[in-house]
Amino acid sequence: MAVKKFVVGSFDDEAVLFPAVKKTRSAGYKIHDVYTPMPIHGLDKALGLRETSLHTAGFIYGITGTTTALSGIGWIFNADWPLNYGGKSHFDLPAWIPITFELTVLFSAVGMVLTFCYLCQMAPFVRKHHFNLRSTDDKFVMVIECTAKTNETEAQAFLKSVGAADINVQNAETGWWLGRYDKDKTPFEHKGTALV
Amino acid sequence: MSAFKYESQVRPPIVAGDKNYHQITEDIVRPIENRPSKLWWTGFLIAVLLLCFGIFSVTREVIYGTGQWNLNKTVGWGWDITNFVWWVGIGHAGTLISAILLLFRQGWRTGVNRAAEAMTIFAVMCAGQFPIWHMGRVWMAFFVFPYPNTRGSLWPNFNSPLMWDVFAISTYFTVSLLFWYCGLLPDLATVRDRARLKWRKFFYGMASFGWSGSTKHWQRHEALSLVLAGLSTPLVLSVHTIVSFDFATSVVPGWHTTIFPPYFVAGAVFSGFAMVQSLLIVSRKVLHLEDYITLEHIDVMNKIILLTGSIVGVAYLTELFIAWYGQNPYEHFAFFQNRANVLSPLGWSYYIMMGCNVVSPQLFWFRKFRRNLVLTFFMSVVINIGMWFERFVIIVTSIYRDYVPSSWSTYYRPTIWEIGFYLGTFGLFFTCYFLFSKFFPVIAIAEIKHILKRSGANYKEKMSVEENESVEAFAHEYAHQH
Repeated sequence: MAVKKFVVGSFDDEAVLFPAVKKTRSAGYKIHDVYTPMPIHGLDKALGLRETSLHTAGFIYGITGTTTALSGIGWIFNADWPLNYGGKSHFDLPAWIPITFELTVLFSAVGMVLTFCYLCQMAPFVRKHHFNLRSTDDKFVMVIECTAKTNETEAQAFLKSVGAADINVQNAETGWWLGRYDKDKTPFEHKGTALV
Repeated sequence: MSAFKYESQVRPPIVAGDKNYHQITEDIVRPIENRPSKLWWTGFLIAVLLLCFGIFSVTREVIYGTGQWNLNKTVGWGWDITNFVWWVGIGHAGTLISAILLLFRQGWRTGVNRAAEAMTIFAVMCAGQFPIWHMGRVWMAFFVFPYPNTRGSLWPNFNSPLMWDVFAISTYFTVSLLFWYCGLLPDLATVRDRARLKWRKFFYGMASFGWSGSTKHWQRHEALSLVLAGLSTPLVLSVHTIVSFDFATSVVPGWHTTIFPPYFVAGAVFSGFAMVQSLLIVSRKVLHLEDYITLEHIDVMNKIILLTGSIVGVAYLTELFIAWYGQNPYEHFAFFQNRANVLSPLGWSYYIMMGCNVVSPQLFWFRKFRRNLVLTFFMSVVINIGMWFERFVIIVTSIYRDYVPSSWSTYYRPTIWEIGFYLGTFGLFFTCYFLFSKFFPVIAIAEIKHILKRSGANYKEKMSVEENESVEAFAHEYAHQH
């Protein structure tokens, strides 16, 4: 995975972060990502991210479950082994509803969680570069990706002007890799490689 | 943009004390990072001992058969299925808190949802033991799942409520586990990023799946939580409905009633909230989480206990009324001889049920009692005893004296091994709960941070100043215009 250069600004409060995100975008910087300790409503819109399609995926998994249950039970009771249960109809739809419902929910939930993990590239032993370890505690971390045009010093000064408290420059891999967090030498002091 | 978000001042704060984001992390992660106390070890060892006794009891049952439990004709379902329904019911409160209250946007759920969901998972694990070991030849347990086999293929009967139960309970367990674990991911990452010990970095690094807190991930996480909540809501209602079908679709007097599904669901939520109260009143004290599980939370949950207890009471009375009004002699016998007649062999259990479930929760009409921790803890135990007796009354009093008096088995008593199995599931439940409270954040850290600026005591105080000022300014301006 390519190693890129990032300017990292940490904010103490989401109320400062919001206008900063807007200003940074309008100033033409490329925001790599914003890392926050909790979900912040509206931040995805402020960053220009599109709405997730995870719901649609969940719906598709759900109807897969529905059809699996109905076709499975229907085939078993009508074609594979048509047992006579006290003279009841072989196509006994009302009695299939509980299992059909349960399988709908099961397929939808399991499918969505797996899709979520796939989309976010999350699994046990997956490692990612963390720009600021306190972004899971109390810091709101905005990461600007340096392109050929970006002037780092200017970017740092800009972040300071929009209210960032702690600013540094890091070289980091953008993707994920397999690894263990305890193999880091000093992960709790880790701030990336300071450049320049 | 204001630093805090608006919430009506009528609503009391649900995060007490002068908190900021970092303080929340510190408070909730502290029990994980400290060594366990003597109290924890004592409780944990007792739980493990109970679990061992349970394993021993079950081993006897596997070797000698269900006769070890004094099951007989006609009491084929005794303590075992009573315990099964009781444990499943307890699980329901967790899903109600995590899913239904999420859909209803109840902020107070954030303080209690993590522990309640954990309780759900452990309770369903305990519940599952009973039907499995009750099968007798437990090594054949996989026969209940539909898979192509060399016997035909001979499939299970999908029209049977017992088969529905297999699907309902296993789906319920899976979905609850996924929902709980997805919620845990960000908080495990918080613990990971603070970790200094090697094993802790390894364990939480693995368990948090590389969570980074990226905005896109949060967006997906929120969508996932919302849809899982939407799925869990009908799921939790369906699970106890299907459990009630085990009885309601039979033709046993006392079981064959259409009121069972709502009555069972209300009872499940009722007993589940009682168990949540028992666990959280102790947890908040031992883990020093009084600022996050406040009296407000206890109060609100007691209101739900009062509501569901009263629904259950109405259901009991409706059953009695219909037994009388329906004029079916067998139904009448089941209700007025086997249950309501205090002089019948098991009549006393009916009055324990009535007293614990219908009469005692009425105390919670009074605010003073709802906010009394000692009373609430006592009541939560009483309610769980009452709800156990409800299942016992429904199951055993319906079948120990039915159509043919020559086969009445009025001598049904549990054996020590049947009781031992029940105690063993307590062991399993508390072993899991103790481990959970030591190694996982008992409160959803990210969710508490999310509501801090709206419902935190310090932020609400600041808001009230601002709010009063603006009202005064408005009144002032308005007065000048006229």
